[in-house]
Amino acid sequence: MTAPASSTKVRGETILSVDNVVKHFPISQGVLFKKQVGAVKAVDGVSFELRRGETLGVVGESGCGKSTLARLLMRLETPTSGRAILEGRDLFKASGAELRRLRRNMQMVMQDPYTSLNPRMTVGDIIGEPFEIHPDAAPRGSRRKRVQELLDVVGLNPEHINRYPHQFSGGQRQRIGIARALALRPEIIVCDEPVSALDVSIQAQVINLLEQLQDEFGLSYIFIAHDLSVVRHISDRVAVMYLGKIVEIGTEDEIYERATHPYTQALLSAVPVPDPEVRHERNIIRLTGDVPSPADPPSGCRFRTRCWKAQEVCATEEPLTVARAADPHPSACHFAEVRPAAA
Amino acid sequence: MTNSTVQPTPASATPEGGHLLEVRDLYVEFRTSEGVAKVINGVSYHLDAGETLAVLGESGSGKSVTAQAIMGILDSPPAHVRSGQILYQGHDLLTQPEEQRRQVRGKEIAMIFQDALSALNPVFPVGWQISETLRTREGMSRADARRRAIELMDLVKIPAAERRIGDYPHQFSGGMRQRVMIAMALALNPKVLIADEPTTALDVTVQAQIMDLLADLRRDLGMAMILITHDLGVVAGVADRIAVMYAGRIVEHADVRSLYRAPAHPYTKGLLESIPRLDVRGQELATIRGLPPNLMRIPSGCPFHPRCPYVQQVCVDVVPHDLVLGDGRTSACHFAQEVRDDSAR
Repeated sequence: MTAPASSTKVRGETILSVDNVVKHFPISQGVLFKKQVGAVKAVDGVSFELRRGETLGVVGESGCGKSTLARLLMRLETPTSGRAILEGRDLFKASGAELRRLRRNMQMVMQDPYTSLNPRMTVGDIIGEPFEIHPDAAPRGSRRKRVQELLDVVGLNPEHINRYPHQFSGGQRQRIGIARALALRPEIIVCDEPVSALDVSIQAQVINLLEQLQDEFGLSYIFIAHDLSVVRHISDRVAVMYLGKIVEIGTEDEIYERATHPYTQALLSAVPVPDPEVRHERNIIRLTGDVPSPADPPSGCRFRTRCWKAQEVCATEEPLTVARAADPHPSACHFAEVRPAAA
Repeated sequence: MTNSTVQPTPASATPEGGHLLEVRDLYVEFRTSEGVAKVINGVSYHLDAGETLAVLGESGSGKSVTAQAIMGILDSPPAHVRSGQILYQGHDLLTQPEEQRRQVRGKEIAMIFQDALSALNPVFPVGWQISETLRTREGMSRADARRRAIELMDLVKIPAAERRIGDYPHQFSGGMRQRVMIAMALALNPKVLIADEPTTALDVTVQAQIMDLLADLRRDLGMAMILITHDLGVVAGVADRIAVMYAGRIVEHADVRSLYRAPAHPYTKGLLESIPRLDVRGQELATIRGLPPNLMRIPSGCPFHPRCPYVQQVCVDVVPHDLVLGDGRTSACHFAQEVRDDSAR
């Protein structure tokens, strides 16, 4: 399999630029005369840049909007507002042939390998389906060979092309999903919780495969996950989301070693470390309460209801995600500072 | 919002004469139309009063089925206990009639499940569900049962218990639902609590809250706990001892510290090396090759041999017995000593 022609482009340049994307799901009331009574602010003003060849990790708890963000980028949902510039075009304004062309460059791997593959289609049909939509990607005669190549690339036996999804284990099915995402030789792959449904011993196999494919094809990943350890392992940069907003974004090192946002600090401290020797030494920040409803987020800083640093200004003024004195990476906290001697 | 350090768990107390709960050489199989799946193949473990035993394994390793056998809630058919004993305070639960087992269930040994949303009944208020056990088992009046339910909800730190007692499960968040289920399990003051993946469906900050709550309750109420999980991180935080399961067997059994310091079974070693760690940078992820076995066709000899880097001819031919390594550690591997020495380096 040959690397995509675009791999000659400069590594590290911005490939996708997302600017202030918003998605509000309306809440309506009434049967005959439906009227909108509110909105679930699933994604509420998210901006970031994805660079060529890098992995941007997106972490956050359930309901923070990370999966909605992935679906917006794939145009599976229509955003309320915002821009996403790919190849100089606004992905959110594109339609028809142009959208199809842009989508070809950006593919997705879904979370659940059991429901994201059609049980009535053979593996060959599943992986070859993108060629039906983009007939110019592979001439009809060579498709079968191309699918077998893809199977080989993701570490499956090319002879299994006529098998059905139920004949594969969870890890193998995730490999099929990855092969399907690779079929059109995209430059960007959005991975939405790609390993969370897998057993520990299988998880590592799939993570290693994703890393190897990235090196081989110069792919850029947007890697969405709730598992902070997995994200640290695979990501170059990390964005932390809370209630529809990015609260902190920086390099893997900035987020994991020098986090300045209280939410990031709490999240990191709560991750169980597989080492009983450190269990009594770790200084765990206990957050009380639950994440507020995204239909009615708190005023000012959205984290203030669970934050131990909260003061009056947090309720009246929303902190911007900007570089702060504590550390030069963007953090959305009025009182951003590196935690002293973090565990 | 407090900044608290984790309290060390007190040393476990052993009751006089024998263990509180002991599983002896348990064999369970599932008889299906496609064949017989050997789900549990000679599992033995014990639990003493006040201690926490973690049972670790991946899906299909038999960790939950063992717990279901202890509780007597196996679906049979297809499940069939072929042989073995489950001794609670010296009495074999498996030979007892259902009527007697019911007295043990809930009152002596209680269980909480992974998915609180499907374990709770959606059409009844949570207060009613918590107090149901108290009314039917203790014969409490409605008013008394309600009072006790509020106490229990306070105990598991559900805020405004009195106001929320009439709420339905869907009105609670995931973490709060799990608390409701813990309250139900504690209603009859059990001596043993079996927690089957209690935090797997929860977010990390909520997971920390629930694990804290379980540790506090266990200490305050003097319960013993069996924690069933696949998460090596969670185990490290709370357990005293750990039993690692693979293909229906316990492959390694040790106190938590020595197991993490130097695993003595290649499977445990592989697991520890394959998880990304938050506190380690630039780590190379090792993998365990291959897949867990099909339980209808468990490999000959050591069931782990097709995936094992230490494999020799003897592993294909002979089923390894538990090798005692001292300090109460066992490993079901022909090369346990060697594996441990490798890990310790």
